Amino acid sequence: MNDAVKNTDIVIAGIGQTPVGEHWQLSLKNLAYLAYKAAVQDSGGLKPDALYVGNMLAPVLSHQAHLGVLLADDFGLAGIEAAAVEAGNAGGAAALRLAYLAVASGCVNIAMALGVEKFTDQVGPNVEAAASVILDSDYEAAMGLTPNAQAALLLRRYLYEYQVPRPAFGAFPILAHNNAAGNPQAMYRNLINAESYAQAGMVCDPLNLFDIAPWADGAAAVIVARRDSLPAALPHPLARISGASLATDRLALHDRPNPLFLRAAQKSVERACRQAGILPQDVDFFELCDSTSTYAALSLEAAGFAAPGQGWRMAQDGQLALDGKLPVCTLGGFKGRGNPGGAAGLYQVVEAVLQLRGEAGKNQLPHPQRALVQSLSGAAATAVAHVLEVIH
Amino acid sequence: MEISRHWRLKKQRYSLIGEVCPHCDAKIFPPRDVCPECGQEARSEFAFSGRGQVYSHTTIYDAPAGYENNLPYTVALIKLDEGPIVTAQLTDLGAQPVEIGMPVEMVTRRIREDGDERGMLVYGYKFRPAWNAPIK
Ligand SMILES: [Zn+2]
Repeated sequence: MNDAVKNTDIVIAGIGQTPVGEHWQLSLKNLAYLAYKAAVQDSGGLKPDALYVGNMLAPVLSHQAHLGVLLADDFGLAGIEAAAVEAGNAGGAAALRLAYLAVASGCVNIAMALGVEKFTDQVGPNVEAAASVILDSDYEAAMGLTPNAQAALLLRRYLYEYQVPRPAFGAFPILAHNNAAGNPQAMYRNLINAESYAQAGMVCDPLNLFDIAPWADGAAAVIVARRDSLPAALPHPLARISGASLATDRLALHDRPNPLFLRAAQKSVERACRQAGILPQDVDFFELCDSTSTYAALSLEAAGFAAPGQGWRMAQDGQLALDGKLPVCTLGGFKGRGNPGGAAGLYQVVEAVLQLRGEAGKNQLPHPQRALVQSLSGAAATAVAHVLEVIH
Repeated sequence: MEISRHWRLKKQRYSLIGEVCPHCDAKIFPPRDVCPECGQEARSEFAFSGRGQVYSHTTIYDAPAGYENNLPYTVALIKLDEGPIVTAQLTDLGAQPVEIGMPVEMVTRRIREDGDERGMLVYGYKFRPAWNAPIK
């Protein structure tokens, strides 16, 4: 079923992103508009009939909700269907899921999924407190737990249960920084090594500064349409969405029967791959969620690329590098590119599309045909997976 | 200042009151509307013993607003003797390093300062080492 290109295919017709970083001079709207404009331009001028906005924290950090109309209005599109979707760090991916459903249903002709996050309106403890709203407020955040501390609790238990040498996890951020060096949009393009990893300051023991992707400002957008509704000639190859899935787990870490297994991550990959008619092993690369080193390893295990307790070995063995068996985070991942909250999931998709089109520059993989993209929120309470395939 | 919210949680925060499912006898903490074991409504109160052991732990050096005064502080997942796992801070640790499997017991302490100098103090459960408890 993968080879038959159909006119009813749902495709990504345009992509746009801003550099990720600390954009003191740009507002939430400014960032979103830059991504919007870039995606429209990339698509050869398609204007969306519907706008789905992924965002994590604007109501807390910028005292701004109602982002659907805020942005549609700013883009000069007042009147169209527009709403924001909130699913924590996976909000951008959830917005793409909604855009896909809208177009697949036939109710919407051309949809845009746009993720935007503006962290630098606040600093320090306020950002940590804001990020903790994605947890169970009464029974996790109230105890002083943060999303990073969740990942630390999991890593501690992982090291204990599987007897893993602590330095092994450094292979994930080292790889991320390596790949980010070739991505002009990435926040961190400096290299790190095992020595600097070992010396990094502790944030929440055993997670250090290099295990945690930095919150950062950014916006990314994609235009989704049915293939037969597009003009005949577009300036680039199209990427088909051949599988899409959003799955949920128990919200609080303490409510899960086995906290070390990311059940929603597993379900989302399984469902998206089944829809695409493939096995996870059939993809050429995997844009996984490395918001912390913990989740990079657990994602590989949840998707079935590694047995429980073995995910870290793939990074150690070089299997995840650009020239490895299963490249991951090919343009730097969350750790190297930066973690722009509710926009992160759409950065992952934009990066996968660049690879599939052959536009990934220095980090271009040799002729990839198929990508698996997975976005997680926190400890994969929400998990979204998309299978993307290039149409020649 | 969210007085009614903290008041609503007082049984859980001060006495670790959860639920026992009247249909399948599952012990549940925190209380919830639907029993995760059997899918029926869970409404009968159950007081947990407050004893358990450390399932995992982390010491936090980078705190969210409201917790900066406690830095660094240790948060753990505690597996209660009755089965459920609960998230809570550890206290009264002294020089003893925290270890997975360490027996602990519940105590009531200040858990955060809500807001500025006019804000309210929130009390609730923390866990401390239970030196006399048999190791399981
Ligand atoms: Zn029950």
